[in-house]
Formats: sequence, C-alpha cells, structure tokens
Amino acid sequence: MDQFLQSIFGDSILTQLLLGVLPLVFVLVYALVTLYSEMKIAAHIQDRLAYMRTGWHGVLQPFADMLKLLQKEDIIPTAADKLLFILAPYVVFIGTYAAFAVLPFSSAYAGSSLDLGLFYIIAVSAVVVVGILMAGWASNNKWSLFGAIRSASQIISYEIPAALAVLAVVMITGTMNMNEITKFQAGGIQNWLIFGGPLPLGHKLFLLPVMIVLALIYYVCSMAEVNRTPFDIPEAESELVQGYNTEYTGMKFAIFYLAEYANLFVVSAIAVVLFFGGWSSPFGSFMSGPIWDLFWFTFKGMLLVFVNVWLRWTLPRLRVDQLMYVSWKVLVPFALVCVVLVGAIMVL
Amino acid sequence: MIETHHSQPATSRGTTLRTEEMIVNMGPQHPSTHGVLRLELVVDGEIVVDVIPHLGYLHRCFEKHAEQMSNYQQVVPYVDRMDYVSSMGNEFSYVVAAEKLLKIQVPERVEYIRVIMAELQRIASHQIAIGTYGIDIGAFTPFLLLFKDRERILDLFEEVCGARLLYNYFWIGGLSHDLPPGWVEKAKAFCEYLKPNIVELNGLLTYNKIFISRTANVGVLPKQVAINYACSGPMLRGSGVDWDLRRDDPYSVYHKIDWDVCVGRGEVGTVGDCWDRNIVRVHEMEQSLRIIEQALAQLPEGDVKAALPKRIMPVASEAYGRTEAPRGELGFYIISDGTGSPYRIKARGPSFVNLSVVTEISRGAMIADLVAILGSTDIVLGEVDR
Repeated sequence: MDQFLQSIFGDSILTQLLLGVLPLVFVLVYALVTLYSEMKIAAHIQDRLAYMRTGWHGVLQPFADMLKLLQKEDIIPTAADKLLFILAPYVVFIGTYAAFAVLPFSSAYAGSSLDLGLFYIIAVSAVVVVGILMAGWASNNKWSLFGAIRSASQIISYEIPAALAVLAVVMITGTMNMNEITKFQAGGIQNWLIFGGPLPLGHKLFLLPVMIVLALIYYVCSMAEVNRTPFDIPEAESELVQGYNTEYTGMKFAIFYLAEYANLFVVSAIAVVLFFGGWSSPFGSFMSGPIWDLFWFTFKGMLLVFVNVWLRWTLPRLRVDQLMYVSWKVLVPFALVCVVLVGAIMVL
Repeated sequence: MIETHHSQPATSRGTTLRTEEMIVNMGPQHPSTHGVLRLELVVDGEIVVDVIPHLGYLHRCFEKHAEQMSNYQQVVPYVDRMDYVSSMGNEFSYVVAAEKLLKIQVPERVEYIRVIMAELQRIASHQIAIGTYGIDIGAFTPFLLLFKDRERILDLFEEVCGARLLYNYFWIGGLSHDLPPGWVEKAKAFCEYLKPNIVELNGLLTYNKIFISRTANVGVLPKQVAINYACSGPMLRGSGVDWDLRRDDPYSVYHKIDWDVCVGRGEVGTVGDCWDRNIVRVHEMEQSLRIIEQALAQLPEGDVKAALPKRIMPVASEAYGRTEAPRGELGFYIISDGTGSPYRIKARGPSFVNLSVVTEISRGAMIADLVAILGSTDIVLGEVDR
C-alpha cells in the first residue's frame, strides 16, 4: 500500500497523511456497520425487529442517528472544568485511534511496522483511561466521577492479565512486531497460535490447552478494557446513570461512542493477531493475497466483535468487587501459570 | 449549583490523605429508582453508609380526591392509578372493601372472573418486576422478552374492557363487561404459551451465574425484621414467612382453588436475600397460571351485573378490605357517613411499607447492591406517593 501511494503521490507528506487517514475511514465505516449490526443482533436476541423504517431494513438509521447527534445542542455544564471537559473525548479517541497505527490490516498495509508494536499498543490504550478520568472529573458530577474512578481501577486491573497473555505470545514468536507475529502463523488454521502455532507436534500438543486458556484470558480482559457487559461497570446505566459521559451531549458524546466502538475493534484485532493468525488465510495459500488478507483480518475482527455483542445482550453485569476478584484472583494467577508453562514448553 | 473545589490535595499540606463521606442524590431522575423516588445516599467510596428516602414527587392526593367523589363507584378509576402496573389488583382490593361496607354478595361468575383478572395482572406485574430487576442487574434482554409476553396479557385485558393499563373493570357489585365470546379459549392458550417461557427466563436470568452472584446473600432481610416492618407480598415471603392473604384471610373464591404459597428457602444464598425475593415472584407466576387454569375450568355461567346496586348508599359504618396485590397486602379502609360519597378512604399500599425497610437492609452495602436491593423490593412510586 505504501508503495502504491508513493507511486501516485511520490515521497511527499501527502502520502504519509493518506496512510494515516486510511484507518480513520475504516473506523468511521466500521462504526456505522457495527452500530447497525449491534442493534440488529440485539433485536434478534430479544425477539424483535429493531430499525425497519429508515431505508431497507433500517440501514440508514446509523446515518440518521449521526445527523441527530450533529444537530444536538452542545451543553457544557456551568460548574464543569471547561478545558478538561472539552478535551476529554478527544483524548479518549486519540488513545484509541493511535492503536490503529500498528494494526496490520493486510500483508500490504500496516500503518507502521513497528518492532515494538504490541508494547506500543498496550501503552497507548492506557491513554484512554486518562481521557475517561478527565471526563469524569471535569463534569463535576458525582456519578461521572464514580464512573471515571471505576473505569481507571478496572482498566489498570485488567491490563495486567492481558499483558501477561501478550507476553506468552511474545515468548513463542520472539517478536513484538505485529506483522511478524502474523507471518509466524501463516500457512493455515493449524498454524494459528491458539492451536499452538507452527511448532513441532509434541510442542503443539502441550501448548494447545495453554493457548486456549490464554486466548480466553485475553478476550475477557479485552471486554473489560472496552467497558462492555458484563464489565460495563464504568457506565453501568442502572447505577451510575451513564458513568463518565453522563454530562456529554451532541458530538462530544458521539466521539465517546465512536472511541468505544473503535476500541472494541482494536482489542478484537489484537486478539486476532495474537491468537487467530492475523490477516493470514485459514486455508494456507488459498484465498490469500493483499485484498484477501484485508478481508480475513476484518472478518476475524468482526467475528470477535460479534461475540462481544452477543455476550453484551445476554449477560448481567458484575459488581465492582467481583470484577476485581475476577481479575486479581482468577485471571492473574491463571495467566502467570500459563506464562510459566509456555516458557517451560518453549525451553524443552 | 455545586461548587467546584480546585483546592490543593490534602497530602501537599503535610497531612495524611483525608477521606470523608460523600452525599449523593440518587433520583428523582435516576434510571433505577423505578420512578420519581429520591434517595439521599451517604457513601464512603462505593460503600453505602446511609440511605434516606425522600418521597412525594408523585403525590396526587388520592385519598382527598376520593372524598370529593359524588359516589363510591367513581373512586375506582382513581384506584387504578395508584399502582399503575397492577390496576386490576387495586380495583380488586377496593371493591372488596366497598362490598364489605355495603354488605353485598356478588355472583359466583363475577368472583371467578375477578380472580382470573387479578392473577393475570399478577403475572403481568411480576413480569415487569423481574424484567426491570434484570435491567438493574445489567441484563437488558430478559426485560424485552418478558414485555413481549406481558403484551399478550394486555391484549387479553383490552379485549375484555377496552383498556390496556387503567381498566376501570371491577365495579362495586359486579364488572363493567362480561367476558367476550372466545376469551376463555384465548386465556387458556395464553397459559400454555407462557409455561415454557418461564423456563426460558430461569435459564436466561434466574439461574445465571452472574445474576446469582449479584443477588444471593445481598440485602438479606431477616424474618423478624420483615415482620417488624410490616412487609408483605414477595418481600415477606422471600424472607421465609409463609403468609399470603389469598390463603390466610380468604376472599373471593381462592379457597375453592388448589395452589401453593411460595416462600424463599435460601436456595443459593441466605433466606431473605434479593435472589429469594426474585424467585418467589417467578414461582408465583407459575402458581398464578395454575389458579387461572382452574378458575377458567370452573367458571360458572351467570350475569356479571346482578348485584350492582342502583345507588350506592351505605349506612354510616366503616370497613377494611384487603387483598394480596402483586406487591403485597393492599388494603382500603373506608368510612361512610351515610351519604353517597365516602367520608374518608385510607389506602394501605404495600410499596410504601416495603420501601421503609430499604434503609435498614442497605446500610453497609455497595452502591450496586443498593440498586439490587431497591429493585428487589419492586416498588411502584404511583402507590408509594398515591
């Protein structure tokens, strides 16, 4: 992709800009698709129809929603800390969007083939917490503050098992470059890391259960990081009204939502890269190539997003202390044991 | 307006970090206060130190209005609006009290139809209670599935009296309309339809592991406290007290029907926790179906307006009639001065009484638990404030 753009625009700043904007286009299209499909999936789970009137089966509804949010009055509470209040949604979005820089969408396109890709992604997604804390504090609303504090403690707790799961993968692949990790798993579904990667059969058999547990740990943590049910404690609408974004209206509110949906894809994409072969085709060299790669990456990512949506509309919400329990007393010990096991298997 | 504090953090003043309790207003506009209830919370972080309920945001002077009516029949639509998700139950209680005052006996067919309606209403009301409780715990789907079933009950009501929420169907000494042709078959079909859905509900919500961990051992209401606070309905039975007015102070034709009183047994936690209160409602829906099926089978022929008095003019006297409404003991104390309009009507609403115990059982709980406790009391603010 870089070469293609360079061949058109030369080695100018325009090339770099276009490369940077590409994921934004993806995020916007993806957000609209996910918004629509989440409502439709929820409706099917709940035995109803959802949008049916705006366009064919309501496909225009996300656009209508967006238009509505654009027209909304932009309210800043009088007692709010104005600067932080205005900045917060952008900080949240930047933290999320920065992660797209290293996502390898296809063998031909990754914003940046950073050697510290995974480390970078874990680091920038922590910026989201800062934005949420800013939003909660600046709103000058006690419920918002509750939401922000819960969010901070939740994301900090869940980054540890998530990072341990990532660590285990890095121990196997020997690289933090997301493109390299994907290439490591090339050659078909049997080479995906969730099935033990392209290692000798003996290693694979031992790795298989460990990797499945690690994938589960990572996925649970990713749900907590994007504040989705059963971990939607920071915005638990029945307890905290709407959590940290209670006081937000119009486009600022929309940006929070956009960031949430974008983040949902980021964590799913990381899971895809770590455990499900990234952009590589499940059929080896069949159906592979730059365009197919893009398809597989998006398809796998969306599949995980679907699972997330499915769980969201099925499960109740945990309580704050139960959330901490799950992280510190269940996920962290299991992840530690898994890391040790992976290390032992790799040495043997 | 709340003042913003941009003061220095306590540590920079050379002292240790000072913490203090925070007062938060929960309501009157809050998603899980089930209406316009305002709870003043004193919280220490996530822990609730004290709860002070403030009432009156929905006060509509029901009792005073009732005194201004020119006859007893005109009170019924007002009664509908008390507990607006169980209007049939309210009407039942009021007509039982009024008929006690007038000392009239209504025909058997009327009694059976009333029981059928009251039990259908109980199912509809419990469906809202369980559904909104699911929302309080964070599960949205059961709510809509239950509403889909409740819609069928409302369709049945609409066919009978034309209204879907506020019926004005039970009249003193009779009913406003007889059952339309074919209604009995539809009601039977509904009972068959609902049974598997209750099983589905149990799988989706009641026995969900997260739901159990959120509600079991939370908000435990001990037997003695429940009795001391005069709790009634599922709130009392959830605490293991075997008390149901339909059996213990029989009215209408409940004594001719075979059914069981459901009590909480602490199946997954302690007796009297939130989960027990919820499971009592689930089981009551099953029992209501039993009652409806038997009542439909026994339904006698007859006129539904036979005992309807031309002019309701009780002698100067007083009467207290009570029934087991979905939320507990709903009673009306009526004093007549011998004229056509009531001298005084006092309503004893179960929601109001059950709400009073919330403060007692939610001290020391977390904010999320408080929501769970409040949801499990299943209050309707229309009845708390009247």
